[in-house]
Amino acid sequence: MSRILLVGVVVAAALVATGGVVYLLRVGRQTPHYGTFSIAARSLRDPATIVRDAFRGQSTALIELGLIVLVLTPVARVAFALLAFLRLRDRLYVAFSAVVLTVLIFSLTGHSL
Amino acid sequence: MDIVAFTIIVFAGSIGAGLLGSLTGLGGGVVIVPLLTVALGVDIHYAIGASLVSVIATSSGAAAAYLKEGFTNMRVGIFLEVATTTGAVLGASLATRLPGPAIEVVFGVVLLASVFLTLRPGRPDTIEGVDRGLGQRLHLDGDYPTPAGSVHYAPRRIPLGFGIMTGAGALSGLLGIGSGAVKVLALDQAMHLPFKVSTTTSNFMIGVTAAASAGIYLHRGFIQPGLTMPVMLGVLAGSLVGARLLVHAHARALRLVFAVAILALGLEMIVSGLHL
Repeated sequence: MSRILLVGVVVAAALVATGGVVYLLRVGRQTPHYGTFSIAARSLRDPATIVRDAFRGQSTALIELGLIVLVLTPVARVAFALLAFLRLRDRLYVAFSAVVLTVLIFSLTGHSL
Repeated sequence: MDIVAFTIIVFAGSIGAGLLGSLTGLGGGVVIVPLLTVALGVDIHYAIGASLVSVIATSSGAAAAYLKEGFTNMRVGIFLEVATTTGAVLGASLATRLPGPAIEVVFGVVLLASVFLTLRPGRPDTIEGVDRGLGQRLHLDGDYPTPAGSVHYAPRRIPLGFGIMTGAGALSGLLGIGSGAVKVLALDQAMHLPFKVSTTTSNFMIGVTAAASAGIYLHRGFIQPGLTMPVMLGVLAGSLVGARLLVHAHARALRLVFAVAILALGLEMIVSGLHL
């Protein structure tokens, strides 16, 4: 299980770094605009578009794909814990893991309170 | 300043944040957000977005190392993650509704509080007998390796720990930090788990908690690729180096320097948020 975490971080970092280099080469001369927050302008696109654009080498898509991999790494860890508890016949912890997974999926699919 | 220059500055600052964070145990998030907002004029929403991502990265990297040692208590982690993830969704939802200056003030207050946490004397590692109550029924007791052999322990005051963890999750979701210090506090002081179990289990939980807020951050545009990229990579690099240096560092002196810096940053954020 520790390997999932490590692989996830390494893959994510590689994607982000690659995307980062392409990004800097492409827009490096422009001015950054992080002083004012505007929600509508820059939310995450849907995963399918990101994957497709990443395969085409589009810089921000590569970075975003890396970020998605990173965020999914702890989620995968919880999923594997659930499987481990299933094998151990620990029903209480299958339930707890399922609850945590549900909250994670709730958030990842864009829901909030 | 163009994007390349900005990115280099952010990257360098992030390495410093990761270094300081891992050397003092407070985490990079606490340093990154003030750095970005106070020093570089980045809007707080983008700052906490970038910070949250770096928290997931460093936590997952570190947790991978600690899992092998056998101190992390998975059941305690999963059980309390029910609290932290719920809190995180609450906190992140709040972050989408609060105006930026309000988040800045809360962040500043938390920074000041964390200074006090850092300067408190450590508690000696005492294990206070086995609790035959809730801990056993929830399968939360465990063993950890010592040079003298395997030692058994069981958590106490579980409802209190659960409550504190919900708060820790909410802080993490609202401010884009790991809340590792609060988590360790709950595990160590409230639930009386052995210190090494507390720190490793806390680290294990930080990534999952942050992931619970990340979904909301991603969908609301808090996480910007161009900004998050240097922060994530820089903090990762800094923490890796920091972990290596830990053996040689004078932790106490570093903590004092760090505490003064954080105090100043915390005050600055409160002042800025209140438009003084």
